[in-house]
Amino acid sequence: MTDVPASGEVRHRHIPDRLQSSFRTRLFSWEMLLVIVAIAIFTANSFASPYFLNAYSLSDLTFNFTEKALIALAMALLIISGEIDLSVASIIALCSTLMGLAVQYGADTPTLVAIGIGAGLLCGAFNGVLVTRLGLPSIVVTIGTMSLFRGLSFIILGDGVFKGYPKSFAFFGQGYVYSVISFELVLFLVAAAIYFFVLHRTNFGRRIFAIGNNATAAQFSGVRVGQIKFVLFCLTGLMSGIAAVLLTSRLGSTRPAIAQGWELEAITMVVLGGVSILGGAGSIIGVVLAAFIMGLVTFGLGLLNVPGIVQTIFTGALLIVVIALPILFRMLRKA
Amino acid sequence: MKSLTKHRELWLVAAIVVLALLVALRSPAFIQPRSLANILNDTSILIMLALGQMVVILTRSIDLSMAANLALCGMIVALMNAAMPEIPVPLLVLAAAAIGTALGAFNGILVWKLDIPPIVVTLGTLTIYRGMIFVMAGGSWVNAHQMTDAFKALPRTEFAGITLLSWFAIVVVALFYVLMTRTPLGRSFYATGINPTAATYAGINVGRTRFIAFCVAGLVSGVSGYLWIARYAVAYVDAAGGFELTIIAACVIGGVSIAGGIGTVGGAVLGALFFGVVNNALPVIGISPFWQMAISGSAILLAVIFNSRSDRRSGRIILKQAERAS
Repeated sequence: MTDVPASGEVRHRHIPDRLQSSFRTRLFSWEMLLVIVAIAIFTANSFASPYFLNAYSLSDLTFNFTEKALIALAMALLIISGEIDLSVASIIALCSTLMGLAVQYGADTPTLVAIGIGAGLLCGAFNGVLVTRLGLPSIVVTIGTMSLFRGLSFIILGDGVFKGYPKSFAFFGQGYVYSVISFELVLFLVAAAIYFFVLHRTNFGRRIFAIGNNATAAQFSGVRVGQIKFVLFCLTGLMSGIAAVLLTSRLGSTRPAIAQGWELEAITMVVLGGVSILGGAGSIIGVVLAAFIMGLVTFGLGLLNVPGIVQTIFTGALLIVVIALPILFRMLRKA
Repeated sequence: MKSLTKHRELWLVAAIVVLALLVALRSPAFIQPRSLANILNDTSILIMLALGQMVVILTRSIDLSMAANLALCGMIVALMNAAMPEIPVPLLVLAAAAIGTALGAFNGILVWKLDIPPIVVTLGTLTIYRGMIFVMAGGSWVNAHQMTDAFKALPRTEFAGITLLSWFAIVVVALFYVLMTRTPLGRSFYATGINPTAATYAGINVGRTRFIAFCVAGLVSGVSGYLWIARYAVAYVDAAGGFELTIIAACVIGGVSIAGGIGTVGGAVLGALFFGVVNNALPVIGISPFWQMAISGSAILLAVIFNSRSDRRSGRIILKQAERAS
């Protein structure tokens, strides 16, 4: 009782209701790191090429990554919950093929959009059912559906091509909302805001983190783990469907090899954005920053006439270096 | 557990045999020795790569960079061959093996020393290795006429009725069988995957075991790189593009658990052979090759559903409803 001060007030021991220690500070510094990297690349770009710093270039830049970034938003939630979806690029291929097929039967623009987004949602639900109902590992399931979905579009299309999309359909991938601000960019920013709200400001978002940190504990705390994971797979499918609409509209044609390799680029964005591939940690702001960084890198290198395949060296190296640096620093500090 | 595993492989053998017989109904030539040797030849590289991938998956890791590693090693030896035709081919094979191992070791060191998740590391190196091919070759191809005859002939040389390429695969299978079932290293791969904590207490260095697994996968990729390029007689940036997932799929069909610790040499070989039979059967029975991808996708899904049935642990379920909900 020696602790009780003379005034009679009981001194409380302060127990924070949320741990704000290393995890939060690390997350903060991660986003700072991304901001610094982004500024560095932006500055380097504007010195390297005289064509970089003008409104039209910067507007073009956004087309580079918005479609992948839309998928990355949903993928981030999925990875935080401890699952993964490798089939997103194949979903794009299938959605685009189905839209192309519908065009051959004279579908109008609203129908096309509905088909693209609806098909994406169904593909995501298919993944979700296999993972949550049958309890299969998502990485294997989605490697399977990755072959299956793109395989279906190969069966439909063969080595052919679908063209002849209606004129009004071109708006989604090529249109501008205001001056140089494209529809794609606006859509991405709105989507990012929604995902930020859902992940960081709602019960649903908190449950996603809970599942990613310890699915069993979450289950016993009354979180419907299976249901939430199913919703996340549907969301990823939905975003892939939206990306399919944008990409198809931008290209104006569909081939079965469309969006090949995008699954790995979307995952790279998510991981670069500081989302733990093991689940349970990450933020939408990080993913958005990573999307801009990847867009800046590829666009800047493109202005310098660096071929696309060489650009991948930079994205690959960026991924490893950005992940390795904090770990190296921590090791050095300990040593 | 052991009997279940054996069981699964028997099922796979049965599936492959039934498939081959069904195709033979349509065209009897399909199961002639000549055609079977052809299937083996077509599948040899996949068999070797699947074994390398299996070792990595056993240790709870994954290597997405194998196909890029293969293409890079193939490109390097093709360039060496084009520039200096006097270098004997066996030396080039050794070079490919050494470079492949080095690339695998790079993955392994990042996983071991920096503790970065393997899927992130190999996702990064996958793109880096592909890009390096482009840089090295300056974007051009190395075509058949730039390669020496000896370089192209090695995998095609026939010995006792089957090609040297097939012999390569047979020797690699034998080596892996001995490695996985008769050596402490093989057992430590399984131990690391089944329970890393227990493995550590048993005196196994888990990180180093993973590192070695990546080196093994790299070695196999390197050798396969030479064989691939020499067989198809062309080296280019996208050689074996997307093959990394086929390799994993072969493992999955062969019953290798993606969660680590479960899988056999026989299973991985059968998984690869299943792909070989399907791919060779389609043109024979007149199905367009465009069906191939969807069929292999369905096969992967069926295999993983089948595997999970036999894997299901019979633990005590405390909270029945919660279990069902998850």
